[in-house]
Amino acid sequence: MKNLLLVAYLDIRESLRSKWFYVYAFVFGGLMGLFFISGITDSVVMGFTGLSRLLLVFMQVTIIILPIFILITTVKSISGDRESNILEYMLSFPISLKEYYWGKFMGRFVTVFFPVIVALLIGVAWGLVKGGELPWAMVGLYSALILSLCLVFLGIAFFISTLVKSHDVGLGLSFAVWILLLAFIDVALIGLMMQNRISDGVIITVAMLNPLEAFRIGAIALFDPELTVIGPVAYYLLDTLGRKMLMLYAVFYPIALGGVFALLGYTLFRKKDLL
Amino acid sequence: MQDPRVVVEVNRVRKRFMGATVLDDVSLQISLGDRVAMMGPNGAGKTTLVRCMLGFYHTDEGSIRVAGHDPVAERVEVLRHVGFIPQLPPPVKLTVGELLHFVERSSGTSAESIARKAGEMELDVAKHSQKPFFKLSGGMKQKLLIAIALARKSRLLIFDEPTASLDPRAREHFYELLQSIDYEHAAIYITHRAEELAGLVNREITMDLGKVVVDERI
Ligand SMILES: Nc1ncnc2c1ncn2[C@@H]1O[C@H](COP(=O)(O)OP(=O)(O)OP(=O)(O)O)[C@@H](O)[C@H]1O
Ligand SMILES: [Mg+2]
Repeated sequence: MKNLLLVAYLDIRESLRSKWFYVYAFVFGGLMGLFFISGITDSVVMGFTGLSRLLLVFMQVTIIILPIFILITTVKSISGDRESNILEYMLSFPISLKEYYWGKFMGRFVTVFFPVIVALLIGVAWGLVKGGELPWAMVGLYSALILSLCLVFLGIAFFISTLVKSHDVGLGLSFAVWILLLAFIDVALIGLMMQNRISDGVIITVAMLNPLEAFRIGAIALFDPELTVIGPVAYYLLDTLGRKMLMLYAVFYPIALGGVFALLGYTLFRKKDLL
Repeated sequence: MQDPRVVVEVNRVRKRFMGATVLDDVSLQISLGDRVAMMGPNGAGKTTLVRCMLGFYHTDEGSIRVAGHDPVAERVEVLRHVGFIPQLPPPVKLTVGELLHFVERSSGTSAESIARKAGEMELDVAKHSQKPFFKLSGGMKQKLLIAIALARKSRLLIFDEPTASLDPRAREHFYELLQSIDYEHAAIYITHRAEELAGLVNREITMDLGKVVVDERI
């Protein structure tokens, strides 16, 4: 346990010195800055609508860049450590694989989660200064959604890093996963839907299994209670699950999925050669 | 039970990588007091054998015990007793201070004792403690790794070509330090320059094509 915290602490220290972290923090911070400049918060009616529109746009950008950032930097750092023999040296000290793996996971989580959540809170603070009202439920839900998005992609990234030894293959695989979840699934589903050969139930289930879809639905459900923007899938879900269940699903399904991948990664880490 | 002086016991170990047999029925025993020069051409399997002892690789056949424990299943127990220096200094991104903190917390070796050892090799740890380890010069890295390994007072020391990037003077210091180790231990030095270790080692193991071809006392 003490070594778990040690590994996490040192990983955080290391990240705080690395270039990717600054790029990452800068992207999310800069995004907020851009929103302020472009005046999203000021548009038409200030207050609830202005601030919540800002948050929604923020979430829409987050859904695209957060996953790829997490995947690339995590896979790069973990398989990079292995390829450059850093892992060999660090693991030549009496420290259990459990403490090392989960310590790394924890450290990574802190460094990917905080810049995004801080950017979100800065946006909220700015909106309040401008005289808006604090949309409590929205801020709470969005924080939870960002947390679950971080966890699911960290889980996938750790799984990829332990599954694939080579750095380059790991990065390629990360990219493939990202594109697949972000676009291909939707495109394929729309194609199937148009052909009308597969039942709606199957299509909706497949859509629901995509953690990015869960995030998307969760992010918009509060803003647009009827979910008209997203279309039939979300509408159907809302109809069958109800709003509360839908939000619970959007938050907890990705967390569970990330947990499963992280555990699979851990099993591989213990069962396969470490180097 | 087995002789308590035996530190490493390798029993008919086989290891394959992608179909190629890298360790082929290797057996050997190393006891306290043994100082082994391990030699052999590039690709003979020296590093692989050592990595099996450290629990990095799962063996395909046979068994390994280090300090009486299985290196994979009981890695913490095993690594408590082992000091290791890799073939190339890894480009660790932690600062020197953080690295020492890691060593101190994980293995219980105080940072001061490491700094003292480093001082004996004319490396001033305090001066560099804020620097990332990978930014030290090749020789400084090597010295620090040596200082860490020696300060841990391990029962088994494993050096994979430790003097590769040391200047002649540092090499002298290193050998002096090795000679001054005053507790009972076993050591494995992987080397391509056996003559340098003359007087320091008392046993020679030569590997070739994954087999032990020579194992004799000298
Ligand atoms: N992780 C690995 N995956 C696949 N093959 C490997 C791996 N590690 C080592 N090998 C192969 O095993 C063989 C033995 O390698 P090893 O590093 O043990 O040699 P060595 O005796 O240490 O050589 P050197 O003197 O060059 O350091 C080589 O053919 C190498 O390519
Ligand atoms: Mg080698």
